[in-house]
Amino acid sequence: MKSILPVLTVVVAVVLIWVVAVVPMNVHLSADQAQRNGANIIPDTSIARKELSGFVLALKNPHLIPLTYVGKRPNLPSPHQVGVEMFDTIFGKKINSKRSLVYHGWVTLAPTLLGFAIGTFLGLMLAVGIVFSRVMDKSIMPWAIVSQTIPILALAPMIIVVLGAVGVHGVLPKSVIAAYLSFFPVVVGMVKGLRSPDQMQLDLLRTYRTSNTQGFWKLRLPSSTPYLFASCKIGISASLVGTIVAELPTGAKAGFGARMLVGDQYGQPILSWAALFSAALTAAALVGIISLIERSTLRKMGIKPA
Amino acid sequence: MTRDPVIKAKELHLTFKTNDGPVHALQAVSLEINKGDFVSFIGPSGCGKTTFLRCIAGLETPTSGEISVNDLTPDEARRARAYGYVFQAAGLYPWRTIESNIRLPLEIMGFSKSEMSERVVRVLELVDLTGFEKKFPWQLSGGMQQRASIARALAFDADILLMDEPFGALDEIVRDHLNEQLLQLWAETQKTIGFVTHSIPEAVYLSTKIVVMSPRPGRISDVIESTLPKERSLDIRDSPEFIKIAQRVRDGLRAGHAYE
Repeated sequence: MKSILPVLTVVVAVVLIWVVAVVPMNVHLSADQAQRNGANIIPDTSIARKELSGFVLALKNPHLIPLTYVGKRPNLPSPHQVGVEMFDTIFGKKINSKRSLVYHGWVTLAPTLLGFAIGTFLGLMLAVGIVFSRVMDKSIMPWAIVSQTIPILALAPMIIVVLGAVGVHGVLPKSVIAAYLSFFPVVVGMVKGLRSPDQMQLDLLRTYRTSNTQGFWKLRLPSSTPYLFASCKIGISASLVGTIVAELPTGAKAGFGARMLVGDQYGQPILSWAALFSAALTAAALVGIISLIERSTLRKMGIKPA
Repeated sequence: MTRDPVIKAKELHLTFKTNDGPVHALQAVSLEINKGDFVSFIGPSGCGKTTFLRCIAGLETPTSGEISVNDLTPDEARRARAYGYVFQAAGLYPWRTIESNIRLPLEIMGFSKSEMSERVVRVLELVDLTGFEKKFPWQLSGGMQQRASIARALAFDADILLMDEPFGALDEIVRDHLNEQLLQLWAETQKTIGFVTHSIPEAVYLSTKIVVMSPRPGRISDVIESTLPKERSLDIRDSPEFIKIAQRVRDGLRAGHAYE
């Protein structure tokens, strides 16, 4: 709860900057529109206005300022336009409607969760392999790092096309891309976590003649739990980004990514922004859920929460 | 008390290879430790006292020389779970309760459930921690944590207890108290104890045999058989006999120290 105030302060600051920015961003559009409706604008041609910056134009025509907040196809939608659009499409539509953001949200969320599960499992297995096998340590780790340097935007369509060619459609191709992004933080975090017990701890187990398997379950795995949760938080937001990226270049008909693309292509930026913010809220909620699980797990384990 | 040596070291050498050339951690170390002895290793940092203890435990392999524990090699003895080892830090698992921490070696060694509970109760009583079973380590003071770690080392009832500066990080008042308890525990359990320290009073107070070591290269400079009675209270530290032994330890330390 202590973090509420700083977070709110930042939110208020961002919204303020946003509100101020709406005027210069949209004033040219509003001026053209107002002139067509018979209003007097200085200067009186669209070309002449292009010469002026948004701020100057707004200062010369203060009566335009309210109009910049309500344009139908603004360059930058105002916060309340985005808010109203989100409210309408989240609460105002049946959730199975093609215009409902809840529907689109689920289309994105399902592959995100599946991809996160695959990625986390894969990351865990790789981390265990890397910690217990020198060969895997030397061979897998560099490839894991290289895999993250390939732009996912270039890779995503290829994966979708290739999987499509072998008859895999629907949730799975998107999950593969989500998993591709989310396994990496888990590998890195868990390798560090599984190696976190110090020499003394390992020596102690040697004095008991502990097998590697026992050492893994009794010492290494519990020691790595805090690292696992840190990794999962990064992993699940990466998963969501991966799913949205998978929806963007591939002509997906539904999902947050498709919604953003539709908004761009049909000149309805409010739509794109509503989808963008819904995606951000979804990511925040997912990270929040993992934080809650983290807190209760660590408390149950008796580890004093940091 | 029987007088057969359980730990025998003869002409033990150990050289670590480092980037700055070889470091002679142990040179020609020969020592016999009898059953039921309380042996302290004392000396400045780098004298090899911890290294020697680790050699006994099979955690370090000597470069040359002979060493046996219960007539086995140290590694065989380790595999036979011949000793309990107490480190300088308690090293309790923060996610386990005290009780469950003590159960750790028992779980690894495959004791039955009822046997485990029985042993936990017994060793907690030995270290005077009854009533703290369900506490987590962070809820205990440093001294209590170290006692729990001693209980953990005692739980599987090995005949030998190796302790590497177990009270080094504790303040003197707690330390005195724990020393007193350790002597009681030693009397009750009849174990053979190897104890590393750099406190002269601690070494003299606890030991039947004091091994004074000196650094560069790590070697034994004096072995003192204590003449103090086996039953000792903390007051014994003011007796002339105690002071005499302490004096000899100090002389040994000084002689081994190269000041040039």
